[in-house]
Amino acid sequence: MAEKLIFEKGSSGRSAFSLPELDVPETTLPERLRRQEPLRLPEVSEPEVVRHYTNLSRLNYGLDQGFYPLGSCTMKYNPKINELLAAMPAFTGVHPYQQEKYAQGCLRLLYELQDMLAGITGMKAMTLQPAAGAHGELTGMLMVKAYYEALGQTRGRVIVPDSAHGTNPATAAMCGFDVVEVASNARGGVDMVALDKLMDDNTAAIMLTNPNTLGLFEEEILDIAALVHGRGGQLYYDGANLNAIMGWARPGDMGFDVIHLNLHKTFATPHGGGGPGAGPVGVAEHLIPFLPVPVVVRGSEGYELDYKRSQSIGRVRSFICSFTVCLKAYAYILSMSSDGLRQAAADAVLNANYLQERLKEAYKLPYDRRCMHEFVLSALRQKEESGVRAIDIAKRLIDYGYHPPTMYFPLIVQEALMIEPTESESLEGLNAFVEALLKIAEEAEENPDLLRAAPHVTPISRPDETQAARQPNICLD
Amino acid sequence: MRYLPVTPEDRAEMLSRLGLDEVEQLYADIPGELRLKQGPHLPPAQSETELERHFAELADANRKQICFMGGGAYDHYIPAHIGAILGRSEFYTAYTPYQPEISQGMLQSIYEYQTAICRLTGLEVSNASMYDGAGALAEAALMACDITGRGRVAVSAGVHPEYRQTLATYLHGQGLELQVLPLQNGHIDLQRALAATDDELAALVVQTPNFFGLLEEDIPALREKLSEHKALLIISSDPISLGICRTPAEWGADIAAGEGQPLGLSLSFGGPYLGWLACRSKYLRRMPGRIVGATVDHDGRSCYVLTLQAREQHIRRQRASSNICSNEALMALAATIYLASLGPQGLSRVAGQCLDKAVYACEKLSTLPGCSRTFSGPFFREFALTLPGDAEEAFSWMAEHGIAGGLPLGRFYPGMKREMLFCVTEKRSRKEIDMLSEVLAQWLRS
Repeated sequence: MAEKLIFEKGSSGRSAFSLPELDVPETTLPERLRRQEPLRLPEVSEPEVVRHYTNLSRLNYGLDQGFYPLGSCTMKYNPKINELLAAMPAFTGVHPYQQEKYAQGCLRLLYELQDMLAGITGMKAMTLQPAAGAHGELTGMLMVKAYYEALGQTRGRVIVPDSAHGTNPATAAMCGFDVVEVASNARGGVDMVALDKLMDDNTAAIMLTNPNTLGLFEEEILDIAALVHGRGGQLYYDGANLNAIMGWARPGDMGFDVIHLNLHKTFATPHGGGGPGAGPVGVAEHLIPFLPVPVVVRGSEGYELDYKRSQSIGRVRSFICSFTVCLKAYAYILSMSSDGLRQAAADAVLNANYLQERLKEAYKLPYDRRCMHEFVLSALRQKEESGVRAIDIAKRLIDYGYHPPTMYFPLIVQEALMIEPTESESLEGLNAFVEALLKIAEEAEENPDLLRAAPHVTPISRPDETQAARQPNICLD
Repeated sequence: MRYLPVTPEDRAEMLSRLGLDEVEQLYADIPGELRLKQGPHLPPAQSETELERHFAELADANRKQICFMGGGAYDHYIPAHIGAILGRSEFYTAYTPYQPEISQGMLQSIYEYQTAICRLTGLEVSNASMYDGAGALAEAALMACDITGRGRVAVSAGVHPEYRQTLATYLHGQGLELQVLPLQNGHIDLQRALAATDDELAALVVQTPNFFGLLEEDIPALREKLSEHKALLIISSDPISLGICRTPAEWGADIAAGEGQPLGLSLSFGGPYLGWLACRSKYLRRMPGRIVGATVDHDGRSCYVLTLQAREQHIRRQRASSNICSNEALMALAATIYLASLGPQGLSRVAGQCLDKAVYACEKLSTLPGCSRTFSGPFFREFALTLPGDAEEAFSWMAEHGIAGGLPLGRFYPGMKREMLFCVTEKRSRKEIDMLSEVLAQWLRS
């Protein structure tokens, strides 16, 4: 049953808030500066607010409820101790402009996290400022732009693979670059012949995800790096898929000049239903001067924020970083340590390969080779045989208690279902998921309408998205 | 390892199914010279007990202070039940609500958030959140350039200096120009702002209350001139102030954007915070970021979905209105609960107390020997004070005496070496304000 809006609940005069009595004289603002329109906010008591949002939470599916094989999103377990640590008043109560001398705990944590992430990725320096992956991309690509400006070179173009995340071309455009796509080859990697043709002295960078969005490692990464660097370009690393290789290989060693990470993917901080995340950026030596300000440094009297950097791209946000997100990632790395991270990556890859192996008979596997932490199936066979599409299979999985995989991405695979189990899933959990998908493949043949009408167990059926976009209703009158 | 359910036996079974002997073979696609023999150098793995001990040590290296600092991050009271609801893992461990059938909780809360932001600002449409106040304002400026097809944005020097720096970074990316407009008595200089308004201007960005806490008064004249030249007005507001202050819509703003941290988010050394962005409905399809819309399901039941996605990066790629993907959904939920909990009276009372207590503090501090208010005019929650000596020295003195603030303004405005920006929220008691005054008086005597 649908929950009413909070605005439709309560009664005049109710409130879920208390304040001490005013202990100073009362003043007023001049009429010309005062709000004229009445403020129409809910009037509800605390029990009503709590019940409302608790009931809303029950309409939501979180990772703590079940398997969440959402490809490219790395929905790994979010440790509870990290939430407790992040809620300590000694951290939540610190103002970002508090004197550095009295915020040494926060600064030390950030400094050490920068160091750890640099070590894990093989980069020379890190900034923790960006608030999300795409924000990290923006930061990184602005540094690439600043680098060429400093060299006095005009390079107006950026190459992205046709399998890239949408944020890559969108970021390049936000930095003023023209975007050109490079095709993928038959093995799912960058087509070297096509790249060779595209890579010219007007090209600033290529943005790569490695393993790529098909879950495949770019086997020719060293040749790509040599080609791009040979013609004066930069290699940008989208860290969305770092979980596959942490502890096993480092983007810095592959030749990447600038990278971003997603702490809310690889480093176990929760996604929050769409944020907050954090997208730290790492750079090779030659890009260090362009890092955004402030930079956390270690000085003679402790940890400090360095603002005096003449070649910096400037600020990409207010204050320092999404501190408590960084804190959770730091706690995660301390819990796992080197062997733990390496084991987590290996388990993620093993889980994905196991699922791929067990599912490839029932579903088309467009790139049949060893995958990394995720793989992409296609529902093309089901579509041709019974008209069942990827979305129908995804929605039917909800009836079996699962969050669906990523659908229709990457764009180069028709009817794509991108599955990323992560290391957090047990073998029996994987087996149950396989059974569900095999059963659904049977259902697709025997009773396609069952899938087309799925999900059946949820509070709502499929929404009319066309109406939502045609006649937008995005707030209550 | 307590987070890894796969056992050595499981691994062996899975490897055998794959026809492999050892895990290393899974990494065969990585060129040999790139493959590491061991993981990175890190401290030994810590148990929960050790983690708690380590964090207690870090916590001890911070010092608890009574906060009289604002400058874009504010120490307001956060009702306990907000944390309790945010702790529901159905919310915080979910991904972006791509699957509406199992995400109605988050989607409805975002719809409620959008409604609350519209009602707070008086504007017609809001998106589902941005990273922070600085980013929201920068995206608003890009949006204005896109709407007008013009390449110059003018910003008042009274806008938060870090927001201006962020604006500069974002605009530079696309080769757009940022013009900073000077101040007069801490307020926007009307004549200079009018002079900057021409047919090439995309938008004027004004903040009220501005960085000094001052309420801008000359917006109507600016609005008129901007309309003559078909340029947009972007206002950055503090959401608490909107409990009592004239709204962006009432000032005639086309777009409003700002920081949502005061609405129930902790200071947390600067983040995660919440950028909010609202505008007039005719610009809806030019907005960046996620938007939730109401619709019906196939059985006619009302429900919510992510909508107007044709603007977004995953559909439109390099032609998207922004590259933003993950935003601050959980922070938006906190803000929604905060606004719902306070209600109209609660928000107006909180805003009123901020006003009253800041006025009390200002009167008190400006009677100290050699101290005076830097600017004149009505202000909200924050005020600048000119000291007879160096503000950085005073800042250190206050910190040593357990007080954070005021903020030395010379950090942002090089000429203001003797100025401090004080902030007083509803959380500060008269006793604390008197103590602030006493500590400052001691410094003056020292």
